[in-house]
Amino acid sequence: MATRLSIRTQVLAIIRRDFRVAMRQRSDLVNPILFLLVVVTLFPLGIGPEPATLARIAPGVIWVSALLSALLGLERLFRDDFSDGALEQMLLMPMAVEWAVIAKIVVHWLLTAVPLLILAPLLALLLNLPGEAWGALWLSLLLGTPVLSSIGAIGVALTVSLNKGGALLSLLLLPLLIPLLIFATAAVETAATGLSPAGPLALMAAITVLALVLSPYAVHAALRVSVN
Amino acid sequence: MVTYRPFSIAVRGAMTTLLEAEGIMSVRGERTLFENLNLCVKPGELWQVQGPNGAGKSSFLRIVAGLLPAQAGEVRFAGELIQHGRSNYHSNLLFIGHKAAVKAELTAIENLEFYAAIQGQPLTAPPYELLERVGLVGLEDIPAQRLSAGQQRRIALARLWLSNANLWILDEPFTSLDVAGIAMLHERFAWQLARGGAVILTSHQALDNIPVAVNMLTLEYQH
Repeated sequence: MATRLSIRTQVLAIIRRDFRVAMRQRSDLVNPILFLLVVVTLFPLGIGPEPATLARIAPGVIWVSALLSALLGLERLFRDDFSDGALEQMLLMPMAVEWAVIAKIVVHWLLTAVPLLILAPLLALLLNLPGEAWGALWLSLLLGTPVLSSIGAIGVALTVSLNKGGALLSLLLLPLLIPLLIFATAAVETAATGLSPAGPLALMAAITVLALVLSPYAVHAALRVSVN
Repeated sequence: MVTYRPFSIAVRGAMTTLLEAEGIMSVRGERTLFENLNLCVKPGELWQVQGPNGAGKSSFLRIVAGLLPAQAGEVRFAGELIQHGRSNYHSNLLFIGHKAAVKAELTAIENLEFYAAIQGQPLTAPPYELLERVGLVGLEDIPAQRLSAGQQRRIALARLWLSNANLWILDEPFTSLDVAGIAMLHERFAWQLARGGAVILTSHQALDNIPVAVNMLTLEYQH
């Protein structure tokens, strides 16, 4: 009888390997963050440096830029695994494939969202976001980025076997992320006017929980189709 | 180096059959690759699936491994449908496909560490004995992308030395290997069969000089 493997062993093996691979492809990690920074700095140049205007558009600009930069790096979730065969091996692991998917999503979140969370105060400063809204911006990013990683994983899993899946991926995902954008900017704007952002943030939390719980199943189904 | 215990297979029903594929049919696009294909693999047997390019050898192996659904027919492992006992089947299966699943950015040792962990044989020390056996000594710290095709293949095939699986399914294992590499694989197949395991593989070459009996499954090209 072959050795029984614990889920923990297998999940940790995936996380370890993915971190190692990511550390060898650092440009893939840094580029989306630089892109975000450049896009956000373009707005004051294009619109004019009026502090009131910038403060007004800041939540939308930061969140739209964050969505676009997330799309840039999203494909690496499964692209390399698909082309080198690691994806097939993932489907052949004894544990439920959903666990492997969760491991991939967690690694992706840690590598893309944590730098964004660190950078968020700088973005707020660049666009003159009122001090009262900084906390709400940070919380909205903390709650929203897991949705980007998990819903994004569904899109990547569906398009990974297509040669030019990049543009399709954006078209597929951006409409799905509209609710997230609405609640996120609503939260930041409410906070900027001095009111409590708890309402929109609670709705975001609900979306996050829903996405995290359901996406592994959808990703698994999509991956089975993609490796065929 | 890890030690291997001889295993016993928990079998329901037929004691002598490890894997049974019955009435398998596969359709890719508009074309029927094969239909009504049967295969019965017993412990200690090596099966070679052969046929011209496009006959569906890889598809057949992927169906048997549970990666691809068959249009008709069923696959049983130890008497149990593989869809029902997926976890048990996949902990007893080692599949190395056409794509070797070697991470190009990682070194040979790092690749092996990953596969050792998920095959339940975690490496406690750098596996120099294994690297020597598969001819990768001195190359263990170089990212796999800088190695030759044959050397990358050797990294993937090193998994055979870390495997406790009863059943090995190998798609073109001899691709890019030199004569010494092929001899090394033959030897390993003999070891697997001797301990009561089984091997299913595809190969275009006739398996000359292999020290075990070879069973053939031939696929015809269907127009």
